[in-house]
Amino acid sequence: MDRPLILAAFIFALLLALPLLLPLFGAAYLTGLIIKAMLLAIAAISLDLLIGHGGMVSLGHAAFVGVGAYAAAIGLESGIEDILVLLLITLAVTGLVALVTGTLALRTSGVYLLMITLAFGQMIYFTLTSLAAYGGDDGLTLWNLATLFGSDVVQNGAGLYYVVLGTLLMVWWFVHRLSRARFGRVLRAARDNPQRAEVMGFAVKRYQLAAYVIAALIAGVSGLLTVQYAEFVSPALATWQRSGDLIVVVVLGGLASRNGAILGAFFIVIVEEVLGSFLHEWRLIYGPLLVLMVLFAKGGLSDLFAPRGTRRSAH
Amino acid sequence: MLEIQNLNKSFGALAVSQDISIEIGAGQCHALIGPNGAGKTTLIHQISGVLQADSGAVLLDGQDITRLSVWQRVQAGLGRTFQLTSVLPSFSVLENMAIAAQAKRGSSMRFFRAAAQERALNTIAHATAERVGLSARTDVLASDLSHGELRLLELGIALAAKPKFLLLDEPMAGLGRTESAALITLLADLRGSLPMLLVEHDMDAIFQLADSVSVLVDGKVIARGTPDAVRAAPGARAAYLGEGAA
Ligand SMILES: Nc1ncnc2c1ncn2[C@@H]1O[C@H](COP(=O)(O)OP(=O)(O)OP(=O)(O)O)[C@@H](O)[C@H]1O
Ligand SMILES: [Mg+2]
Repeated sequence: MDRPLILAAFIFALLLALPLLLPLFGAAYLTGLIIKAMLLAIAAISLDLLIGHGGMVSLGHAAFVGVGAYAAAIGLESGIEDILVLLLITLAVTGLVALVTGTLALRTSGVYLLMITLAFGQMIYFTLTSLAAYGGDDGLTLWNLATLFGSDVVQNGAGLYYVVLGTLLMVWWFVHRLSRARFGRVLRAARDNPQRAEVMGFAVKRYQLAAYVIAALIAGVSGLLTVQYAEFVSPALATWQRSGDLIVVVVLGGLASRNGAILGAFFIVIVEEVLGSFLHEWRLIYGPLLVLMVLFAKGGLSDLFAPRGTRRSAH
Repeated sequence: MLEIQNLNKSFGALAVSQDISIEIGAGQCHALIGPNGAGKTTLIHQISGVLQADSGAVLLDGQDITRLSVWQRVQAGLGRTFQLTSVLPSFSVLENMAIAAQAKRGSSMRFFRAAAQERALNTIAHATAERVGLSARTDVLASDLSHGELRLLELGIALAAKPKFLLLDEPMAGLGRTESAALITLLADLRGSLPMLLVEHDMDAIFQLADSVSVLVDGKVIARGTPDAVRAAPGARAAYLGEGAA
């Protein structure tokens, strides 16, 4: 087993055991915190597929979390309660939005891609704020949550915790396989040298668009689960600041590293919580802390676990 | 075989290709020579689709590929190297060639199986590495290669795709004497089985490899024939000697 796999096994074993180790379900607050971090990690792993593997920096990725969340919330409001049906709706809507925006956005690259994904993200954000029937700016509290085959086990507590953990594990595994498969290889080739990839015979844009849609689908799932966890949906999920936070998580964790995305997500959520608890202006500390982290842990948090003197591979 | 028919291309007022027609049959090596800025690379770009010609046609084994995109031309069997080395720097030598083979062998919209374990691709990559003389360096990252090794990898990437026709843009550029000689031997081996268009300044290479030569000056073919005939033609001689002498 290689090191990332060992680290992942450790992380997931810990997450699996946490509810047993701590009297956690008494402490709903801690459960909530961990679920929050796992939801962030799911979205960050998907963004890392774009940034770390594909070299496509999107500043609008949180919009897909928002689209997924609203697709699920609107489904719930319309009386659809089965989580698997809601999942299908979420995937269909997010995929469609990603296909359309991605087709246009991926005509560009680099800083132009950043701009155009920002623009699409903002368009989606304002579209969500205009949904007056679903709370507009203020968002909407959901009185009905999703069920699994009629059971409410996935609505809170251990059930929800393990659904989110299971999703994180599946997403981790899927992106892991994907990045080592032919598809991931082409994606990395296109990041390294798009012209060469094209002259090798790859329709580069198609692969990039496929990655863009896959990443959006995963972000959408994170949105669906966010609704289930927060019992609330609001356009705030889709702001460009949220997209920026996702980039921070990805870079802080280490590019092209799924473990990094998880570590980054936990780091951010915990720092925010700890600093926020004793300092109202916690962002005053958060900023310099990020600067130090980026300067001193260049390969990201995941690199701190790599043996000394080895460079992280491109996977 | 490759047929270039009446190709024209201008950048504004600068005509870089003027009514260029060249036909290269099976097993033939055709050399393209000419001074710096004559339009050699621009011609290779048009054949490979990196640039679109203003008019004219390119046919590969009778198939009109003029309107195809870059990747479609590669799928049709065209291979090329770049004058300025263009490889995948964060990939190993082996993986650079394995992915080139991958492009031509089945769909790459595959999401689960580890590509690095595909034996068919690795076999081709190892054989190609052997062929271009990089078999001792397969695990090295391309970004860690020397200039000479990069030129070999450049060729290896093109060969791993098993092209039907090969475009070579100054493959010896920047190589030392012994490295050049080795590369000439390699290309001489390939020549019979793989037709090619060779852009080259190195006259040694041309006399050893080319069956025929076209001399390109200011976007126009001003002479063509066997290497010996072209060497004797006064205008052509001035053209390629001119750049060194001027
Ligand atoms: N994209 C471009 N736009 C404008 N002019 C260009 C462009 N690309 C090339 N040129 C010009 O076209 C002419 C031909 O360039 P090209 O690179 O084909 O020459 P070459 O024969 O390959 O020269 P060399 O031996 O130096 O490689 C040059 O004058 C060059 O400056
Ligand atoms: Mg040139």
